[in-house]
This record gives sequence, C-alpha cells and structure tokens, in this order.
Amino acid sequence: MSLVAQDVGFQARGRYLLRGISLTLKPGEVLAVLGPNGAGKSTLLRVLAGEYRATTGSIRQNGQDISGMAALDLARSRAVMPQAASMTFPFAVRDVVALGRAPFRKVSTRQFDQKLVARAIKLADIEHLADRAYPALSGGEKQRVHLARALVQVWGMDGWERRATTVGAEKDKERFLLLDEPTAGLDVSHQHALLAVARREAHQNNVGVLMILHDFNQVTAYADRVIILQSGETVAQGAVDDVMRPDLLSTVFKSPIRAIPDPNGGSVLVSQAV
Amino acid sequence: MTQFDTLRARFPVLNRPVAVLVLLMLALVVVTVISLGTGGAQIAMGDVIGHLAHRIGISGTGIDTFDARVLDTLRLPRIVRAIVIGGGLGLAGAVMQSLFRNPIADPGIIGVSASAALGAVAMIVAGHVILGSFYVVVGPYGVPVAAFAGAVIATAFIRILSRQDGQTDAAIMLLIGVAINAMAFAGVGVFTYMADDAQLRSLTFWQMGVLAGNGPTDMPAMIIMALGIAYLLTLGTPLNLFLLGEAEARHLGVEVEHLKRRATVAVALVVGAAVAVSGIIGFVGLVAPHLVRLVTGPDNRYVLPASAICGAIMLTGADAVARIIVLPAELPIGLVTGIVGGPFFLGLLMREKKRRRL
Repeated sequence: MSLVAQDVGFQARGRYLLRGISLTLKPGEVLAVLGPNGAGKSTLLRVLAGEYRATTGSIRQNGQDISGMAALDLARSRAVMPQAASMTFPFAVRDVVALGRAPFRKVSTRQFDQKLVARAIKLADIEHLADRAYPALSGGEKQRVHLARALVQVWGMDGWERRATTVGAEKDKERFLLLDEPTAGLDVSHQHALLAVARREAHQNNVGVLMILHDFNQVTAYADRVIILQSGETVAQGAVDDVMRPDLLSTVFKSPIRAIPDPNGGSVLVSQAV
Repeated sequence: MTQFDTLRARFPVLNRPVAVLVLLMLALVVVTVISLGTGGAQIAMGDVIGHLAHRIGISGTGIDTFDARVLDTLRLPRIVRAIVIGGGLGLAGAVMQSLFRNPIADPGIIGVSASAALGAVAMIVAGHVILGSFYVVVGPYGVPVAAFAGAVIATAFIRILSRQDGQTDAAIMLLIGVAINAMAFAGVGVFTYMADDAQLRSLTFWQMGVLAGNGPTDMPAMIIMALGIAYLLTLGTPLNLFLLGEAEARHLGVEVEHLKRRATVAVALVVGAAVAVSGIIGFVGLVAPHLVRLVTGPDNRYVLPASAICGAIMLTGADAVARIIVLPAELPIGLVTGIVGGPFFLGLLMREKKRRRL
C-alpha cells in the first residue's frame, strides 16, 4: 500500500499548474521533490494532501481514492508540515504541538498524547521554548514547532500498549509525512537535525516521507528517490544517483552545476557563480 | 509581567481553566442575585435568595407577596433574557473571532446584527404596507421574525459572495461583512427617515437595545438561542485547529467547509434571535472573549464556555445599571454596554499595543 498519484493534472484559472504527474510514495522511503521556483512543487504537495482536488488523474492512499475520503480518515494516516503557518492567537508552543493529536482525540488518552508531545518536542529541539507563546518565536523556531506537530500526528497510535480492537486498525495503517520546504528558515545544524528525523521516520518507523528541498546535497544525502519538476511536468524521476546528474540539473535550473569530488569520498554538487 | 500575570502567579488556581469556569459560574450567580435585588423597588439579597430557594422547592416559606411578584413577573424573566442573550452574544463573538482568525471579528462588525435590525425596522415602518392584511395575522411575531430573517439573509449573502471555487476566504468574508454592515445601517437610516413619531420611538429602542422583552412572543427566539449556544459550545477543538489556518485544519481532519457553514449559520441564528428579542446590543460579543482570553489563554475548549458565561455576567450587570441609573426610567442597555464597553476595550487595546512593542 502506498500513496500513488496517477497521471495527475491540476488546473486553476484555466491554466495547468500540474500536468501528467505520476509518482508512488512507498512506506519506508524518502522521496525528494526538486525543481525551480514556480515548478508546481507546493501545488503537487497540496494535491497529494487532498487540499486541492486533482483536475485530472487520481490519487490513491492505501488503495483508496483520497477525493472520497473524509478529512479525519486522511488526517489519521498522513501529516503535513506546511511552509508557513500563521497563528496570531498566543497559544503556548506545547499546545500548538498537541494540536497534532486532534485527529486521535476520540481514541487516545491524555497521558499517551502528552508522552508523544514530549518526545516530539525533544526531537525538534524546542524543549526550551515549550512554554513560550507561539507568535513570539522566530521563523526557524516556528518551523520546528510545526515539525513536532506533524510528528505527533504521523505517529498516530504507535506504541499504544492497550491494543484495543477499535484502535488496532488505525495502528497498522501505512502512514505518510509530507514536508513543504521543511528546511526553509532553519540554521545549518537544525536543517540536518530535521532531515535526520524525517529520514529516521521513513527508515525505522516505515513512514512514507515526501519533502520539497532546494539543496542538491541534502537530496543526495537524505533522500532515497527524487522527482524533478519543471513548469508543472515531471522532468526526471528515479533513484537519487540516477537523477542527480550535473548535466540534467544544469538544464533544469538554467545554471551551471558541477560535481566536485569530495576528499572524504563521494562527490559534492556545486553551482557556479555566473 | 502584566497585572494578569502577577494575579495568576499569586492565585495558582487561575492557571486551571476548569477552575476559572467554576469561578465564572459563581460570579454569574452572585451578579444574578444582586441584579435581582436592584431596581426601582430594592429587595434585600436575603429575600431574593429565599424566594429563589422557595421557587425551586428547597425552602417552604415564600417572601412578601409584592416583592415576590416583582421578582416573578418583572425581574426573573428579564434576567433570564439577559443571561441567554449575553451568553449567546459572548459565544457568537468568540466563535466568529476563531472562524475569521481575526480578533476584531464580532457579529456587530460583520453586519449580522445590523441586518437583523434592518429587518426589524423595515417591519415596524413598512410592515403594514408590505404584508397588507396579513400584518394583523402575524401580529406581535412580525418584528422578531423579520429581525431573524435579516440576520439569516445577511449571513447567506456574505457566504455566497465570499465563495470561490468551493472555498471561502476568511479575510474576504470579513471585508464583505463590513460592507454589508454599512449597507444595513444605511437601510436602517432610510426607514428611520420614513418613520412617523410613534414608529420612531420604537425604532430608537431597537437600535439601542432593550431587555424589557415582548412577553411570551420571545419564547421561540429564546429556544433557538439556547439550541444555537448548545451547538456552538461543541466546536472548541475544531476551532482551535482552525486558528492554525484553513489548510492546516483540513490536514488535521476538520471538514473545513462544513465547519464554516454550520458555524456561520448557528451564529446567524443566535444573533438574529438575540436582536429579535432585544435589539442591537454591542460590545458584548467583542469584549467578552477578549476578557476571557486574558485569563484562560486562547484555547477554545475553555474560551467558548467562558465567553458565554462572561457575556451573561456582563449583560446581567449592565442591566442592573440600566435599571437604576436614571430612575424611574431605564436606560437602553445597548447604551450601557457601549458606554462601559467602549473605553474598556480601548484600554485593552492600549495594553496590547504596549505588549507588542517588546
């Protein structure tokens, strides 16, 4: 079972923003989405999340067409970390993270939720901010809050000891995490921390992770597969090593990109100043 | 550190939202008892409590019959109206602020109240022309029904105009509401211009708000308000998610368009019914939620019920003031809430401004 987009097109105001996109996000893998500004990356993520309805084609999550799924059912099997979530009301950081547990409020307990929230807050390195008011945080700090919120949502009922019959079904569902430019506004160490968390969710917790990235070397270091978009269409898709070629990237991004051997092994992709 | 933070530090009980709700409930009971005793005929607090106890069957002996009659026929129905209307307005304000993710949203600002008043005023001035011989048939129900219809039509109008591709944009919706508000007030002005002297007096009361009520004809409106309040109180968690943004709320499992439709319709019903009973009473919907958030924080699971109780307290208190300040007459309650609420709200804003500088 996976998150499968089949020949998806999305039209707004008579213009196609996406056309003929097919992809499969399997549980346990990290799929990176790469492309120039305006290529349709965020639109694709929103269509996959069910926020926009695909104009053509279909999106199936765990075998079910998402256009017919209730928002709550979707929310229980996939979490989204948005690019910029604004909130002017002064919620404490801990409470914002706890909102990620909302889809499970009927099946979970307060203790269990608190345990997950505490773990996510630690992973996102926002323990020192937990009691601060959310609107007072910096942009990068807010990003980390939303990472933690997405994590407690995607964890679902994992680690729930009492395996009640009603919860059992929730527990075994494949889950997906969609991250829209998660590293934007983060300093270098937090970028790596976040990407490592995302990769661990995929490889250890069997979550299907899709993230929009801009840094080529982060793609090669953290993703398993990559899809490159340009003007709403797929340019290339496949394993990272096959797709991340300097010649292809140079054409897509209209900027000379070279692979330079790294003395520590492998190679590094660098863009040249014009 | 603001005064409220120091207050919270000194009384840790204020950190527990449930305790705050209980305290607010107690405050409402106290204000109700005081308000019942105040007015043209002063009734001792002990007597009020004794009478209430007698009514619910705890104590056997009633009080002096004159005071009992004042309480039963004049003040109790009035206080019940104040509690239900105040609660409805406070709650409607809190829901709107979350729905529009904007702290200045209020049924008064987006034109629901004004449109209800327009309906009422149109009925008072032109009812006999529009309805002809039916005017006698609808009788005393004509004006509240028209007020109610005004609120519902305005809300429907705002929703239709702000829809695009099946989505509604909260910011646009708020601005459309402001435009509707201006038009409704212009409409009220036109009817006021056309009205004769007798009509003018009843119009003025509609625009300023009175709790005197219209006797048993208020019953349907009161029931609608109670039902609307009960529904809106269940929206705490979905509205919390809404504060993150509409897309985020959807990602977290909220059927966003359903929520918006149901909540706006319920608010229209509550506000329309409130205006139908008492005319426009401003500031309760705006001030009550703000006041509550100072103590409970922004969590709607507590803000919603606390705003309802706080609105009820404000209106019950304002009513007591309205009844005694210009004895033997009474001041329209909308004036009291405006006179007290306006400066109070300004004070809140100034405090907020100072806080944002930091």
